[in-house]
Amino acid sequence: MTKTLLATTCLALMGLAQTASADTLRLLTWGGYAPDDVIEMFEAETGHTVEVTKSNNEEMIAKLRATGGGGFDLVQPSQDRVMGPQMEFGIYKPIDITKLDQSQFIPSMLLATMANTTVGGEVYGVPHVWGTSGLVMNTAMAGDTVKDYTDLCDPAVAGKVSYRLKRPTLIGFAFAMGEDPFAAYDDEAKYKEIMSKVEAKLTECKPNVKTYWGGGDELMNLVRSGEVTASMAWDTGGWKLNEDNADITFVAPASGALGWIDTFVLPAKGQADDAAYAWINFVMQPEVAAKITAAAGNFTASAGADEFAEDALKAKYQASFSQEAIDNIKWYPPVPAGLEAIEGDVLDRVQAAN
Amino acid sequence: MRLHARIGFILLLTPLVLWLGLLIVIPHIDMLLISLRERISFGVYETSTTHYQKALTEPLYLRTFWRTAVMSVLATAITLLIAFPVAYYIAKMAKGRLQQVLFMLCLIPFYVSELVRTFGWMILLRETGLISNLLQWAGLADQPVEMLYTDAAMMVGLVYTSMLFMVVPLVTTLESLDDSVVEAGYDLGGNGLSVLREIIIPHAMPGIVSGCIVVFMLSLGNYLTPTMLGGKDSLWFTEMIYNQFIVRSNWELGATFGFMLLVLSSVIVWGMLRLTGRTLQETMG
Repeated sequence: MTKTLLATTCLALMGLAQTASADTLRLLTWGGYAPDDVIEMFEAETGHTVEVTKSNNEEMIAKLRATGGGGFDLVQPSQDRVMGPQMEFGIYKPIDITKLDQSQFIPSMLLATMANTTVGGEVYGVPHVWGTSGLVMNTAMAGDTVKDYTDLCDPAVAGKVSYRLKRPTLIGFAFAMGEDPFAAYDDEAKYKEIMSKVEAKLTECKPNVKTYWGGGDELMNLVRSGEVTASMAWDTGGWKLNEDNADITFVAPASGALGWIDTFVLPAKGQADDAAYAWINFVMQPEVAAKITAAAGNFTASAGADEFAEDALKAKYQASFSQEAIDNIKWYPPVPAGLEAIEGDVLDRVQAAN
Repeated sequence: MRLHARIGFILLLTPLVLWLGLLIVIPHIDMLLISLRERISFGVYETSTTHYQKALTEPLYLRTFWRTAVMSVLATAITLLIAFPVAYYIAKMAKGRLQQVLFMLCLIPFYVSELVRTFGWMILLRETGLISNLLQWAGLADQPVEMLYTDAAMMVGLVYTSMLFMVVPLVTTLESLDDSVVEAGYDLGGNGLSVLREIIIPHAMPGIVSGCIVVFMLSLGNYLTPTMLGGKDSLWFTEMIYNQFIVRSNWELGATFGFMLLVLSSVIVWGMLRLTGRTLQETMG
């Protein structure tokens, strides 16, 4: 009995202590960014193996923070979440751009992301997938009422709307109310003022909301069943639902959709940098990038991948975004430290309000 | 021989000590240290009690804290009220095969994970769900009824989730009650109510107390059910802890909340034992 216990403990400890060998790429990413067929092609071509963990921005940073940047070899946070966490916790390591095939990236996007993820003269991130968030709605039922985020509070759609209680909602509402929160990023007092206006609006709007959605699937169910007719959501969600019901689609709000870029970042204690660089170079090839676009529903920063993308998705994209709407996309700048505390208090108070 | 016994004892104790030390004591000490520091600037921290002050003065946090405590006590009480007759029937009225079958029926929902059970309730209660459709079909409602995202829905979920943990200790203690004692109660002129009050409940007290403690702890620490069924008004204390740790990256405040929850549950369990005049030893042993 004792021996068995001991043996089991030892085995368990050995299991814990065992580290990944150098050619295993532990990828921390979003759902759809590493489809199985792409992984198979990569493994066949390079001999590396890939372990995928799916997550979101907040959890990625929390996981890396807990281990001081260990446990993974390549991570994909959004570009606005690279600079702040790096300054605060030092969880990433600089990326060596020369090891990447830069010609595979859309030049303007590469430069913008590099600029947004530079800390102390070192570049930490390169772009991968980009998209927007805006309004997903049943145009037949809510199309006349809802043109912008604040229209979600209109009595005509009472009890039929949903949004997330997270920072994109605060930012979106601020823009819709005629403010410019991004311009106030460096001015804490001004930002607080904007956020308190948004808080008042969201509190007032609360009876109109059916529920605050948490995950993408939850929202899809709400919209598909018709329980929710208009919601703040990602573009891909709207386009996926559009396949089932032609009335449902993604609409860029009048005040502008919010644009995000998910990046490639090396965690500080990553152990397979070569495999990580190989993966980035591999998935940025236009044909492979098109496969990821098909799986994730979002376009990538890969130059020339558009040619390989499905026509149906391109058509949906063009239906949702006129040239004017594209020019009006508000790209997230890096989040300065301290702002999220202000936002957090606002979100807590809105959630608790009656 | 004595040396052997001692080595055996140490070896047997090691896993327990490792378990408690590595997974409970050390993380808690670390949490305490985290909760007692304040972020000054990038990577610079100072020891302070700011977060405890903030947690104890901000009305929002206090409200959520008490709301979670009161709702958990309520959930425990409702669970007890429902589980007691069920347990009594299984332990005393049902015999042989039926007894086993009934006990199994209580157990079966726990074969699937909590997530699946909660989703089950969502399918039943949602606006386009089963109950809503049934009501419309029967003519009792003329439009879809939304039953999700309320405190009542959350309470249903909490009670359902913790039912088994009340039934099992109750069945065990009630089974040990000799039928002849109940019979003697009636022979001595007692009626159903007085026999219940004077004989059955006092006998079942250890089961009631341990069941209540477990159910209360489970409800207080539940994350899934309040988040999924409670919807937009469900601020639960565990959700606030998760938010502080994961979403806000504010580990200090999250750790403070964690400690507040630990103290709260300890105080309420202690109060429950005092109220029923029992010691922890009696209840657990």
